[in-house]
Amino acid sequence: MNELLEITTTRNNPHVDPSMGMWEWQIPVYLFLGGMVAGMMIIAGYFLFTGRHKEKNCSCFFIPIVSFVLLSLGMFALFLDLAHKLYVWRLYTTIQFSSPMSWGAWILILVYPALIANILIKPAKWMTNRIPILTEYSKKINEHPFLVKNIGIANMILGMMLGAYTGVLLSTLGSRPLWNTSLLWVLFLVSGLSAAAAFVHLFAKNKYESELLAKADNGFLVIELFVFVMIFLGLLSSARPHIEAAHLLLSGAYAPVFWVFVIGIGIIVPLIIQLLAVNHKVSHTAIAPILVIVGGLILRFVIVSAGQFSHWFNAHLH
Amino acid sequence: MPRYGMVIDTRKCVGCQDCVIACKTENNIPEGYNRDWIVTESHGKFPDIQMEIRTERCNHCSETPCVSCCPTGASHIHDVGGVVLVTHEMCIGCKACVEACPYDARYIHPDGYADKCTFCVHRVEKGEKPACVSVCPTYCMHFGDLDDPNSEVSKLLQSRKWHVNLPDAGTKPNIFYLV
Amino acid sequence: MNSLSRRKFLKISGATVVTAAALAGSAKTIVNAAESFSKKKGLEIIPSYCDLCFWKCGLLAYVKDGELWKVEGNPKDPLSNGRLCPRGTGGVGAHTDKERLKSPLIRKSERGEEKWVEVTWNEAFDYIAEKMNKLKINYGPESMALFSHGIGGSFFKHMMRAYGSPNETAPSFAQCRGPREVGFELTFGDVVGSPERTDIENAKCIVLIGSHLGENMHNTQVQEFSKAVENHASIIVVDPRFSVAASKAKYYLPIKPGTDIALLLAWMSVIVNEKLYDVDYISKYGTGYEQFTAEVSQYTPEWAYIETGIDPEVIRETAREMARYKPATLVHPGRHATWYGDDAQRSRAIALLNALLGSWGRKGGFYVPYSYSIPKYPYAPYPELKKEPLDNPNGKYPFATGEQISTGIREATITGKPYPIKGWFIYATNLIQALPNREETIKAIQNLDLMVVVDVIPSEIAGWADVVLPESVYLERYDDLNASPFREGFVGIRQPVIDAPNDQKPNWWMAKKLGEKLGLGAYFPWKNVEEYLDTRLKLKGHSLEELKKEGIIKGESQPIFFEDGVEPEFLTPSGKIEFYSNQLADAGFDPIPRFTKHPEPPSGYFRLLFGRAPVHTFSKTQSNPLLRDLFSENELWVNADLAERYGLKSGDKIKLKNQDGVVSDPIKVKATERIRQDCVYMVHGFGQKSRQLRSTYKKGASDAELVTQYKTDPLMGGTGMSVNFVTFEMEV
Ligand code: SF4
Ligand code: SF4
Ligand code: SF4
Repeated sequence: MNELLEITTTRNNPHVDPSMGMWEWQIPVYLFLGGMVAGMMIIAGYFLFTGRHKEKNCSCFFIPIVSFVLLSLGMFALFLDLAHKLYVWRLYTTIQFSSPMSWGAWILILVYPALIANILIKPAKWMTNRIPILTEYSKKINEHPFLVKNIGIANMILGMMLGAYTGVLLSTLGSRPLWNTSLLWVLFLVSGLSAAAAFVHLFAKNKYESELLAKADNGFLVIELFVFVMIFLGLLSSARPHIEAAHLLLSGAYAPVFWVFVIGIGIIVPLIIQLLAVNHKVSHTAIAPILVIVGGLILRFVIVSAGQFSHWFNAHLH
Repeated sequence: MPRYGMVIDTRKCVGCQDCVIACKTENNIPEGYNRDWIVTESHGKFPDIQMEIRTERCNHCSETPCVSCCPTGASHIHDVGGVVLVTHEMCIGCKACVEACPYDARYIHPDGYADKCTFCVHRVEKGEKPACVSVCPTYCMHFGDLDDPNSEVSKLLQSRKWHVNLPDAGTKPNIFYLV
Repeated sequence: MNSLSRRKFLKISGATVVTAAALAGSAKTIVNAAESFSKKKGLEIIPSYCDLCFWKCGLLAYVKDGELWKVEGNPKDPLSNGRLCPRGTGGVGAHTDKERLKSPLIRKSERGEEKWVEVTWNEAFDYIAEKMNKLKINYGPESMALFSHGIGGSFFKHMMRAYGSPNETAPSFAQCRGPREVGFELTFGDVVGSPERTDIENAKCIVLIGSHLGENMHNTQVQEFSKAVENHASIIVVDPRFSVAASKAKYYLPIKPGTDIALLLAWMSVIVNEKLYDVDYISKYGTGYEQFTAEVSQYTPEWAYIETGIDPEVIRETAREMARYKPATLVHPGRHATWYGDDAQRSRAIALLNALLGSWGRKGGFYVPYSYSIPKYPYAPYPELKKEPLDNPNGKYPFATGEQISTGIREATITGKPYPIKGWFIYATNLIQALPNREETIKAIQNLDLMVVVDVIPSEIAGWADVVLPESVYLERYDDLNASPFREGFVGIRQPVIDAPNDQKPNWWMAKKLGEKLGLGAYFPWKNVEEYLDTRLKLKGHSLEELKKEGIIKGESQPIFFEDGVEPEFLTPSGKIEFYSNQLADAGFDPIPRFTKHPEPPSGYFRLLFGRAPVHTFSKTQSNPLLRDLFSENELWVNADLAERYGLKSGDKIKLKNQDGVVSDPIKVKATERIRQDCVYMVHGFGQKSRQLRSTYKKGASDAELVTQYKTDPLMGGTGMSVNFVTFEMEV
């Protein structure tokens, strides 16, 4: 075919034309909160698994409560996005194996008991004040170290599933070339972990944990960079729509946000600060974790928005 | 079992949008929404121009990303003819299917559910042609069973050159464009 | 005026005079007045015919539980073959349009300020009747003029003739197809007519000169064109713009605007010099061929190249291509032909090219139409006219035959000569967009004592009226019978399928009520339109009941080609096809068309061209919700290179300023390879400025507003409108 010069369409459907914009802020917010909660569950689960709950100020006590709240906020955002809200119950009258969104619905159902179980290990004062029986339960659980360990394992596994699913959800939507990469779930999982590590680090009272999380976060950020490289290499070596999609972030319309906010402010800058901090060149401040969290949120916005923009047609348009 | 499809002659289509309007009245499509539309593609430099005009809609693909992503089973393949449909009362409006379609053929109806071309099954099941096919003043659209080698559509595909839209998207579309 | 032409005109419109005696017996039939539709349950399918344009395709309206659902083509109808065009399919929107006129209005402030009081029908008619009676006394009945478009005007025409005015016109002549009819009539002795008598379906070679079939959706023509494409007809498109039709063509000739006659002459010279014409046909039916050859053979393709910019080899090749398929080569006469002021001569050149190819009266060329004529209603004779029509005083335009020149009436309204025009009655035609040079129209309006507009929407012209009468749309009313001349004789009915939503009324009712107020009751002897229609149908042996059920009644089929036995008949003075026209020579015009150069746009200016979009008719469908949804504003086509030079991108908004300093409303640019660099193009009918029609208000730009210059055709008074040049105004 000759070089394509002009293409016009008479279609003008809201949020579809001129480019796809069905998913607005709700989905990236949900994906971000879901991912961060997933990371926090893994962290809390790990602490439980390694017996750190014996420490008085272990982060694993506040994590599940915060996760509970954040995840509920995320789900509320997701609910806001639904266009046919009255029918939301339809999610739970079926399980569709080919649909990550259907698994997601069920994973969320399982995540809540795991979070609650975690909360019950050491319920907060204001809870026991209101529901005294919780002290009872908590005692019972703590009588069985084995049970605590398993709660930890459950939290880690469900956290992994939750974190991975947020990526798989997008990457199975093969019609958006940017999302069409099998590494997207790894990216979202790692990014969720790094945001979670940053978040917990911000509030951790335990010195050891805070140090550990800062180090872990550095590791996650490095992995995240590496995953990015892999994703771009993958996209750039596929078909033209994928190459165009990669260029959207690398040099196209989304490049400024991507380079400045996602890579620069979200990864490189905090990485440098935290490297200096763990090597005791500077002291720990809230700056790096906040940057990581903000970077993680922007990452979801960029991926969702650029992904919707990337298109089999647009690929011909340039 | 039949596999319904369309064969559209781009040589004859003039892009008048009659099909679009017929669809809108037949199916009560709200103002501002389209189940079908016209694409005009031209190549070359004035005055040496080649131009293709075609009417597009859901391709009722054989590989359906929009069905597999649906969390509720609302988006499904109909028993008759492999037509891809959405059951309104099962749809939660999550928009996954809208995102999943590489042709951007779906939209969210103002009432909240995902909507798109139905191949006018309500007409086809009565033995009529889809509204867009039967209105076209250029007679450029043909509808029928692609699995029946004697159908008009199969014969056209055998005797003429054709292409489909976005073959690389892997959806195996069932709308064919004669060139 | 040319009496011969008048006669022929009557012939093709299928009119027959019937004496009052024939009325006896039939008048007694009483048909029930329309029952209300809104109460009915279930699905009803009612035949009628379309009014989204003047083609009058037969339709079936689907009414579900008393609500209009959809309209489809009536398979029995020969015009639509069961398929309507997009506008027709969108006809539902004419009924549901929320911005329709709802009740009669009388102006309460200055003309054009669009301030009204709602009145009852009775008050409106009283007001009009009083003024019309006064005008009759003071200036005579001929001081009223009727502008009317479409079949819905027929009862008003009757009312005006009964009142005593000879002045009745429509922009469809002098602003549209007039030059074509004159050019063909001078050559073949007959007009092309509407629907065009073109046998596109069977043509093996089709030449389109500026006609953009496919964007122009005259249903039957497009259907036939598509069949021709399927049959691999060789298509030659001449257009400064790469139209949809051009994309189907074997040859696309990107002609320089204004030079079509040069191309036509060169084509004819090739055919003459290479002896490619239809020898038998010409020797049998032609006259003046020797003079014609002597003159035409000098126009070489090389000469034409300089004017048209078209490669001489392509000119030769396309001429030979036409000859190869003769007589099944149709050089399409076009429809909107008022371009440069020498349009009747250009149309005559097209007619002559067809004559050389022997396509007139032949299969694949022009068929001989006939109509299933239904006798007229046996009215009492009209009062004798005291004055001649004033559109064409002293036969200034000697070949303006058959119809009146709208702009002539406008001019007389301004000058008061040869006699004053003091009242305009306007039916369904938006003169603001239809006539060139808006200023003159408004000046004429300011001279009026009475201006009445009948319309379905608050159109721009309605905004200038003293009284606005809201008409029910075609789906809500009866109209006169349609027995257009066509390939086969038929008669179609328009009948109501749904109630009007408010106090809108059908035109026949208005004409009758107003007629009665004017003391013309004797001219409206029928009780209602059903009785009128039934009377006419009974005179032909049918009944209203029968036609209401079928929608269409067809006559016996008849041959329509010379080769099938139609007796060739040329109603020219010589009785032959006139290659050399004595009529023209006698009147001081070129007996054989000649090319004259037209002014070209000064640097920085571009010729403004306009045309149609498939989903709109003139400026009357822009508020239809279904059609507006698909095309709500027009774009300015600008050649891509040109756009780049001006730093314009598709979607940018600019204004246009014409040679007289008139500035348009903002319009979106469409930067495209599909047009020449010396012209720009837009779809007609947009940039409307009726404040009561919000959905169209300043949507896009109006070409008509920029058409301040027009060149009058000296043969027939047509107004060539593609003579305006515009430049870009960037700051919007
Ligand atoms: S929008 Fe409706 S049909 Fe589409 S995937 Fe979601 S639930 Fe299924
Ligand atoms: S098949 Fe029916 S639903 Fe699909 S585009 Fe045509 S008219 Fe619309
Ligand atoms: S050509 Fe279209 S608008 Fe005109 S009468 Fe026919 S269907 Fe109606």
